[in-house]
Amino acid sequence: MKLFVSEGNPHCLKVLAALEVSGVQCDVQYVNHEERVVPFLSRPALPALILPSGLHLFSSNAICRYLFEISGQDSSELCNQWLEWEATDLQPALLQALHMAVLQGKGSEVSKVLQGPLNYLEQSLSKGNTPYLTGEAVSVADVVLWAALYPVLSDSSLALGERTSVKAWFDRGAVMHSCQSAAQKVLQGKGLQGMKSYMQRQPASQSSQCRGTQPCNSNPAEGEESDRAVSAEEMEAAALTWSKDLHACPLATDRQHPILPQEGRRNLLVTSALPYVNNVPHLGNIIGCVLSSDVFCRYGRLRGWNMLFICGTDEYGTATENKAREEGLTPQQICDKYHAIHSNIYKWFQIDFDFFGRTTTEKQTEIAQNIFWRIHKHGFLVEDIVEQLRCEKCQRFLADRFVEGICPHCSYPEARGDQCDKCGRLINAVELREPQCKVCRQTPVIRSSKHLFLDLPKLEAQLVQWLEKSTSTGDWTANAKQITRSWLRDGLKPRCITRDLRWGTPVPHPDFKDKVFYVWFDAPIGYLSITANYTDEWEKWWKNPHQVELYNFMAKDNVPFHSVVFPCSLLGAQDNYTLVSHLIATEYLNYEDTKFSKSRGVGVFGDMAKDTGIPSDVWRFYLLYVRPEGQDSAFSWADMAMKNNSELLNNLGNFINRAGMFVAKFFEGCVPSMELQQEDKKLLALVGWELQQYIQLLDKVKIRDALRHILNISRHGNQYIQVNEPWKKIKGGDTERQRAGTVTGVSVNIACLLSVMLLPYMPTVSQTIRDQLNAPQSCVNTMLQGTGTFVCSLSAGHRIGTVSPLFQKLEVDQIEALKKKFGGQQKTAQSPGSTQPAAVPAAAAAAEATTVNGVDPEKAKQLTQAVTEQGEKVRALKTQKAEKAVITAEVAKLLDLKKQLALAEGKSPEPAPQKGKKK
Amino acid sequence: MALRELSSLEKYLGLKKPNKYTTQGDKKVPVLQNNNGPPLVGLVTIGCHLVKEAKRPKLLGDSAESRAVVQQWLEYRVTSLDGCSKEDNKTILKDLNLYLQDKVYMAGSQFTLADTFMYFGIHPLLVDLAIQEKEQYVNVTRWFDHIQHYPGLRHHLPPVAVLRNRIYTSKHH
Repeated sequence: MKLFVSEGNPHCLKVLAALEVSGVQCDVQYVNHEERVVPFLSRPALPALILPSGLHLFSSNAICRYLFEISGQDSSELCNQWLEWEATDLQPALLQALHMAVLQGKGSEVSKVLQGPLNYLEQSLSKGNTPYLTGEAVSVADVVLWAALYPVLSDSSLALGERTSVKAWFDRGAVMHSCQSAAQKVLQGKGLQGMKSYMQRQPASQSSQCRGTQPCNSNPAEGEESDRAVSAEEMEAAALTWSKDLHACPLATDRQHPILPQEGRRNLLVTSALPYVNNVPHLGNIIGCVLSSDVFCRYGRLRGWNMLFICGTDEYGTATENKAREEGLTPQQICDKYHAIHSNIYKWFQIDFDFFGRTTTEKQTEIAQNIFWRIHKHGFLVEDIVEQLRCEKCQRFLADRFVEGICPHCSYPEARGDQCDKCGRLINAVELREPQCKVCRQTPVIRSSKHLFLDLPKLEAQLVQWLEKSTSTGDWTANAKQITRSWLRDGLKPRCITRDLRWGTPVPHPDFKDKVFYVWFDAPIGYLSITANYTDEWEKWWKNPHQVELYNFMAKDNVPFHSVVFPCSLLGAQDNYTLVSHLIATEYLNYEDTKFSKSRGVGVFGDMAKDTGIPSDVWRFYLLYVRPEGQDSAFSWADMAMKNNSELLNNLGNFINRAGMFVAKFFEGCVPSMELQQEDKKLLALVGWELQQYIQLLDKVKIRDALRHILNISRHGNQYIQVNEPWKKIKGGDTERQRAGTVTGVSVNIACLLSVMLLPYMPTVSQTIRDQLNAPQSCVNTMLQGTGTFVCSLSAGHRIGTVSPLFQKLEVDQIEALKKKFGGQQKTAQSPGSTQPAAVPAAAAAAEATTVNGVDPEKAKQLTQAVTEQGEKVRALKTQKAEKAVITAEVAKLLDLKKQLALAEGKSPEPAPQKGKKK
Repeated sequence: MALRELSSLEKYLGLKKPNKYTTQGDKKVPVLQNNNGPPLVGLVTIGCHLVKEAKRPKLLGDSAESRAVVQQWLEYRVTSLDGCSKEDNKTILKDLNLYLQDKVYMAGSQFTLADTFMYFGIHPLLVDLAIQEKEQYVNVTRWFDHIQHYPGLRHHLPPVAVLRNRIYTSKHH
């Protein structure tokens, strides 16, 4: 049996005290706070006791109880009750109190936090009239509570107030020598300050505050729906809103270009991270930036904000040069080709940019060079010599991606100049062993070259000051704040802004004339130059921080460039630039639990989405439904089919269709008159509440969460129809027929509201619904005003159009076929420049995949093919009596393929190669 | 919520006379008025009391060690599971998944009160997970499915579908 404790941890005080009082013999080891003793817990948990059986106890109360039990003192029911109270009531308050006293220096406010539990203790002690908590003798409850309270009760500066019974009890405990010596061991006589390093590592008192207020472990959107009680006031308010008129303001969809900031309105400049031009974007790219920002912009326009939505392709840099070489085109031709591809993909996904530009324009050169000179003038640039690889044959410095060689860490022979694909470590290109120019295979030489660096350390103070303001007033996602903080914590270093390349914005400084700007410096300036290409008055957006709020959308890998590096460029230029106010970063979207990979052909790419035959709106819906908001998520075909069939078809589509069909079938296409009863008003209140949530969430760019509330509304609606059965009531007497009319009228109006709420997510479906209902366009402007106004926009007598189903079922075999098609290993040659025999790339890719221990019939089929081909090759070599070494090499390849085949067929459960199992 | 759990537990234990409970405080902590003593407060305390009343002491563990483990998970239930934030959910499921890797029940190879209360507490977390998310926590779902089919236990909760019963973990499709 072994007990692990750490100094300054108040829970360890409990177990050490219990150990001494119980007299149990046990090894005690002091470890660091961060030591993970309990193997299955992600967070370090101390104290921890390893039981003789090898099991771990990580709860201090369970350890104390155990120590008492094996020393022969079983705990009573009352004792259990105190321990439970200690864990659920006292600890959250104590954690908060210690946080305030130790870390925030707010010792004076501690008494407020502790007053509740201390009063409860006082009452119980005085009522029980016994010296100890459970009677005449010390029990485990006394030890645990005494030790828990020791840090705060022994510190007189906290002024917790006089509680006679508590004091008498505490002093009785304190006389126990064992408790005091435990306190001495843990706190080292330093009192509260002895716990400082421990408290700093606690996940703050947020969790304790959350615990204190309300449990929130079920899904907020769905959990509250059933339990939410609607008050009479809410119902009346909802009914009042319902009877209001539609706004007659100008249509939100009418946009007058160029859009410029307007006095007295909320002016939002929204950018989506600029996609690299050299590749086709995949679904992860699309949800990460363009689709998310599109939803927000469409929503913002409905809210009546003045929005400008800017994006474009990022075209400069080595990647483009590389791609151009691969495809035998010039960089400009590559950019033109892929810009068009990107443009078409986004059009298909209905991304409604106000302007979709590119970075290879004159405006880019002009603005980038202007910013450069301003930074230079203000002394924020420094020079330094950089060692780089240069290929004498190609007459150029080699960018990191243009060098290959042996990894200095793991000796992998095909490491790239920036990173080793095998061990994943970052490499400095000059460290590569036996480097080769990727283009001509010559050995490059090391040359030094002079470069310019942006002096980030010099700008740090300004940056921090601005960040504090922006992150506290704006909506930054948690990951954006956290990534930024960690960059600052690691310390800023000067960053090189120039490169020895041709394809880029030229550096205007005469000493650096054959150089271009490094893409990270250049690319974000693209936001400005693209706006400049949209309107000559671009500075009204970009040099107007007082009128304009800037929203940046991106995936999390892009955060530091938008929160640290680019703001530093703009701050250094000192030209009153508009800096980011709201930084919205997503996590990653995986593909069926693996990563999207262009080279392996895994995943769905923008241009293929339309070939699936699934409508753009359904793609948008599913991607937004699984938007990696707050945590990574995964795209899954089966899940997509399920969500389409259950949410779109059976829930949303079903409701809207039924509502419309009732009007058409039972009321000759005219909305019947409605007489609201309690039940209808209750529904209006519920729907109004969901609408309110939707608006609150989208205002904060919680796109995925807001979508749930749309689906909740149609769920309410379906239930309402189901309970009221208008199809039966329509056949009844006058009152019943009137009831059927009201239910139908309310339902079809909810359908109309849904069409508006859906607009940001599914623009086509949204319009189709309004067309089918023949809804007045003004409903679009009305419903999302203020905190949400659900008005009756289709009043009695309104004639609707032709109603038809909105969604189609996704069948299992259809989805299975798609899954197979996009699951990777498409044998179509990905790189036309490749001259290697066909079997080899497939095998190499398979080797990568099989390490994940997957039985995969698809892969097995391809490997069978590869094995056959390789076998024929070996036989051919043998009959030709080729050199022995050559044959041996080919035989080795064959054996390797067979081994992989066995794995893919699931014949060997271990991913590790097994020598004896070749077949 | 806690009250429904206690009444489910009573039914499972086969207690003839259902007890009357009240709650106290914002957190609705259950209280049991006890004829022969002061009232009992707290879910775990009352749960243990019911087990003793039903003369099923083994449900609290059959050795000092297993009793300690049972108490630990009961405490975990009312401290870490109740009131955990959405971000915590993932960590909790991940940790439990690792813990349950080599166990049939929370306390090893015997069904105990810890399984009952952990099951009640995990239910809201699992209900919201998509199938492919559930697949990330195979050991938790295996345990969960086992417990929800334990005779007479599930009373107040709807069953959670643990679909796609695969014999191998599928990372690649």
